[in-house]
Amino acid sequence: MVSDLVAYVLTGLGVGAGYALVGSGLVAIYRVTGVVNFAQGAFAVVAAMLTSTLLGVGLPHVLSEVASVIVAAGVGLLVGVVAIGKPGTEPGAALIITLGLGVFAYAVEIVLWGDQPRSFAGLPGVISVGGARVQAHYLLILGVTVPVFAAMAAFFARTDLGKALTACASNRYAARVVGIDVRGMGLLAFALGGALGGLAGVLTTPVQQVTFDSDVTLIVNGFAAAVLGGLTRPFVALAGGLLLGVAQTLIAGYGGGAYQLEVALLLMLTVMIVQATRAGAVREAT
Amino acid sequence: MVALIGANGAGKTSLVKALSGLVDRSAGEVVVRGRLAQVPEGREMFADLSVDDNLRLGGWRNGRRGRDTSGIYELLPELGGLRRRLAGTLSGGQQQMVAIGRALMARPDVLAIDELSLGLAPMVIDTLIAHLHALHRDQGLAVLLIEQNAALAFDLCDRAYVLEAGRVVLTGETAELARDPRVASAYLGGAVR
Repeated sequence: MVSDLVAYVLTGLGVGAGYALVGSGLVAIYRVTGVVNFAQGAFAVVAAMLTSTLLGVGLPHVLSEVASVIVAAGVGLLVGVVAIGKPGTEPGAALIITLGLGVFAYAVEIVLWGDQPRSFAGLPGVISVGGARVQAHYLLILGVTVPVFAAMAAFFARTDLGKALTACASNRYAARVVGIDVRGMGLLAFALGGALGGLAGVLTTPVQQVTFDSDVTLIVNGFAAAVLGGLTRPFVALAGGLLLGVAQTLIAGYGGGAYQLEVALLLMLTVMIVQATRAGAVREAT
Repeated sequence: MVALIGANGAGKTSLVKALSGLVDRSAGEVVVRGRLAQVPEGREMFADLSVDDNLRLGGWRNGRRGRDTSGIYELLPELGGLRRRLAGTLSGGQQQMVAIGRALMARPDVLAIDELSLGLAPMVIDTLIAHLHALHRDQGLAVLLIEQNAALAFDLCDRAYVLEAGRVVLTGETAELARDPRVASAYLGGAVR
């Protein structure tokens, strides 16, 4: 059925946009600091949980979500301060710190919000696209994610601050030579990563309820999306995330059942093996 | 224009890094009259950014208004045609010119250039030197040239310091130093001039 296919693809794009946001957060942090941030999924969980609380106390939609994304950016900054705040911290050491912080976040989340799944209402209704019926919220996810990526592209290409972030990614030593505060840029990247992770959380929770340990699914899928671009190219992460979302929805829709995470892991491993072989071939050639 | 010469490992680059505050000093004091900008060894481009962006970031400390690059294209007209190119795709000589332009964007009083000539063709070096002469003459820019190529440094500079194992062992007018047999044998290929 064509209408089924359209529905799966649109739903998949919505799901994938969430992965792309988590993945691009990973990329934002990795490019500037060289740190793979294992606490990335926690930003999404914290923002989602906080949104459910804010909605619960009567704050309206949009305001609740925006406030939660801002708090997630703050949490990102905090993780950055702990992970790379001490001058001279090696990226490898910082990676282990973020892993620890990710686990620590479980404790905080359980204390604050308990261990039961949470969700909140998203955009209600069903939209018919070419005979296919899709939950309107999936289109909202896409409708927010695409402009966010466009805004990020403009930020990196057109502003001096964006260029300074790219400069840190390109050549950290030269960045110091011209007087860019490389550690400050790293912290900014962590805040940006926190906001992107938080946005993923508040956007996807209405269609996928969240628990304190949802971060594992998010980070595996986000990492799979990001690793396609070698963890350095946000737009490849977007394409990777969308592709992954569509692939998973198609597999689930056509009878694959609950193998979403396995698909992501398989994709991630394949990409990493291919990249490792290619890198190996280059090294042998030189 | 002043030269700092010395063999590999004499501590030239470490000294420059200490001057520009990139490494912590264990002792001593750095006094710079005005502002010092550094052209680092190996050029150190932002390879994924355009030439113009490389220059703009050179003015990072000056704030938004200090990042106008048009003056650099007047001083170094060769860069005009390259402004949209990615710095990583340029030749070594072009990159060296971008590195000099990027350092000039900081509006320095002193320009410290670490290994200007390394890996570059003689004609390219001549062009770069002509620019440095003009900057020194017209803008009053002080140049500290850190070179392994002592012959080049002596041609260009009035004074020189000779660094060995982290210490200044000789200093003076380059014309005088070139006649010193120790300098001649160790740095100028033996020919006393």
